[in-house]
Amino acid sequence: MLSAQTKSLDVEQIRKDFPILQRKVHGKPLVYFDNAATSQKPKQVIDALDFYYKNYNSNVHRSIHQLGEEATAAYEKAREKIAEFINAQYEEVIFTKNSTEGLNLLAYSLTSGLKQGDEIVISQLEHHSNFVPWQQMAKHLDLKLKFIEVNKNAELDEESIKKNITKKTKIVSVNHISNAVGTINPVEDIAKIAHENGALMVVDGSQAAPHMPLDMKKINSDFYVFTGHKMLGPTGVGVVYGKKELLEGMRPFLYGGEMINEVRFDDTTFNKLPWKFEAGTPNIAEGIGLGVAVDYLAKVGMQNIFNRDKELLGYAMEKIKEIDGITIYGPKERASILSFNVKGVHAHDVSQILDSEGVAIRAGHHCCMPLMSVLGISATARASFYLYNTEQEVDTFINAIHKVKKVFGV
Amino acid sequence: MDIEMMYQENILDHYKSPHNFGKVENATVHHHEKNPLCGDELDMFLIVEDKKIVDIKVYPTGCAISVASASMLSDEIKGKGIDEVKNMTKEQLLEMLGIPISPVRLKCALLSLDTLKNSILIFERYMGK
Ligand SMILES: Cc1ncc(COP(=O)(O)O)c(C=O)c1O
Repeated sequence: MLSAQTKSLDVEQIRKDFPILQRKVHGKPLVYFDNAATSQKPKQVIDALDFYYKNYNSNVHRSIHQLGEEATAAYEKAREKIAEFINAQYEEVIFTKNSTEGLNLLAYSLTSGLKQGDEIVISQLEHHSNFVPWQQMAKHLDLKLKFIEVNKNAELDEESIKKNITKKTKIVSVNHISNAVGTINPVEDIAKIAHENGALMVVDGSQAAPHMPLDMKKINSDFYVFTGHKMLGPTGVGVVYGKKELLEGMRPFLYGGEMINEVRFDDTTFNKLPWKFEAGTPNIAEGIGLGVAVDYLAKVGMQNIFNRDKELLGYAMEKIKEIDGITIYGPKERASILSFNVKGVHAHDVSQILDSEGVAIRAGHHCCMPLMSVLGISATARASFYLYNTEQEVDTFINAIHKVKKVFGV
Repeated sequence: MDIEMMYQENILDHYKSPHNFGKVENATVHHHEKNPLCGDELDMFLIVEDKKIVDIKVYPTGCAISVASASMLSDEIKGKGIDEVKNMTKEQLLEMLGIPISPVRLKCALLSLDTLKNSILIFERYMGK
């Protein structure tokens, strides 16, 4: 085991901020390895929600009173922090409910004005939320949906990227990090190819925002989507980043209060960015909470988190490879996601037995049924790590896999 | 919950070698059911004569619970009349399994019963009259 000194983070100190890590599951200490589904929350975030409701709960942007001023200021301050976190401008950060809503916003708004036969390119590696919205808009508007293929390691095939993105392509949308197998996709390069062909580039960054430094200027995609609950934030808040000049020309997705400038009987003018895309009372406490989460991540340092992920994943890979009958899916270079199967045991049963040892993982298709069909499997077990996980927890996980094998006699 | 209670020897035996395993060409009813959340799948083939299930084959793919459930159910209903098995309840199936099933695994356990019920519906609608 690595000693505390050689770790890139002070994990023991970090663990103290996460109250849930103290709890027991079936009488055993919780080992939470389901971070790709949702992360746990530090007490700073939990306290921010509590403090908001106890001290300045009110609606934003409309109430001319002290509480309204405070809530609006805190909510907009959170936006400012998030903009800084991803190196974007304030107006370019649109709050949504989650990644799914963000991708629906883009699928709806960006296809408005496309013509029959125009092409959209996604990949075989997408989460259903970056898949179904494009598929359904394509069906509805008679657009052509194409898929970048993956190789046997579940990496996007370079040839297939070049072959699929052409002058007919209007939109390219791919994930930055695959939630199913941890592939880190070359989104900067793909954005370049999309732009050379006159297409818009969308990135689903749901798994990348929690785990790596993000610089919108460097990636240079036109849009970038992520979800707060996977990056220490509360549920119910996500972000669409979009280049300002593009957002300005786009059709809103949701209509109603807050997103308007002036409403007359015959027409409506819309609010300025970013509010043009934020209809109705938003998740105020959650937005503020995401701002606090981003503060927390920035303080720890995203590069440090990225390095620590590598360290812990490396340790887990080394240990799991010592066990007979384990198949690991995905590429060698990957984010902190370990997708595997135990020979002779279905992933659900693996997950159930791990749970009896206090180890929480995910089993199933991970919302990537098209990818599973390409890999020729129906489910995998997936352990996904985050900044508060330890080598000792990996040891517990490995012992639990031995227990799976013992119970099943394989 | 004691995990060894759930993965008892007889459950694992059914999982590793399901009874009445296979596919048949000439089934009276063949029905496929899938649990989209987990990916458990079951093909059920019933050979029915005079409203009696004279033979059954199951072809399950999935977790131990769903496979064992299909295997045990096939033993249970083989040779019985359609009317005798069509009102089988969830509780009866769980009793037959004889292990503690947590709420999230319920859908795995019940895939076999859902497949049977839908097979019988198809039979009655198209062939049973
Ligand atoms: C790659 C990826 N995209 C999109 C999503 C959807 O996120 P949400 O459910 O928060 O909308 C997820 C999370 O499950 C994901 O991992």
